[in-house]
Amino acid sequence: MSIKIRYFASLKDYIGHSDDEIIYEKTLTVTQVWDLATQKKMKPQNTLVAVNMDYVSWDDTVNDHDEVAFFPPVTGG
Amino acid sequence: MPVIIKNTPFEPYQSLQQYEKKTLCQNNAIGASNIFIGTMRDFNEGDQIKIMTLEHYPGMTEKQLNNIVDKAHQQWTLIDSLIIHRVGDILPNEPIVLVATWSSHRGDAFDACRFIMENLKSKAPFWKKERLIDEQERWVLSNTDGYHKT
Repeated sequence: MSIKIRYFASLKDYIGHSDDEIIYEKTLTVTQVWDLATQKKMKPQNTLVAVNMDYVSWDDTVNDHDEVAFFPPVTGG
Repeated sequence: MPVIIKNTPFEPYQSLQQYEKKTLCQNNAIGASNIFIGTMRDFNEGDQIKIMTLEHYPGMTEKQLNNIVDKAHQQWTLIDSLIIHRVGDILPNEPIVLVATWSSHRGDAFDACRFIMENLKSKAPFWKKERLIDEQERWVLSNTDGYHKT
């Protein structure tokens, strides 16, 4: 299973880069994707997550070729 | 119901006029137009701001904005709506966002415009980074409720 990971805004600064990819054999939750991609780095409070550009919760599962994005609260407008 | 992300400055009143002339001028059912324009101010949290950079998530931003617009059109009887939102470097006094709604009756235009704007603030993936006059940079951590605090 191949999962593309993206980080935005302050979270990109915190992680140190904007993209990751993980290859894994079993189904993962979003929380497990975070732990694998960041080597269990502490998750900043209020971090949001989207899978394929829709908001999801941290317990949701991720499928092959999904794009998972982590980012801070949005501040547009 | 266009959703437009622009990386260059735009003039909101000119954009509105052009859109109305091109798309809505034959529509005699319009009885109400409501317009919100958000511009960049030169202060935040007690500091003078020199420039602001707006980052977004291409694809997701448009998807979320279209979801918000769809919900507004389901909830109120709208004839049309328009969103224009800036990304990139923005200077004080430049427009950041335009939300316009058109309907036959004012309640729908008023309420839907507010709904779109408030949902944009909480769901559309944009992030502001401010550069202060002393060149220090900082991310805006969260949006406020939109009212002046004394």
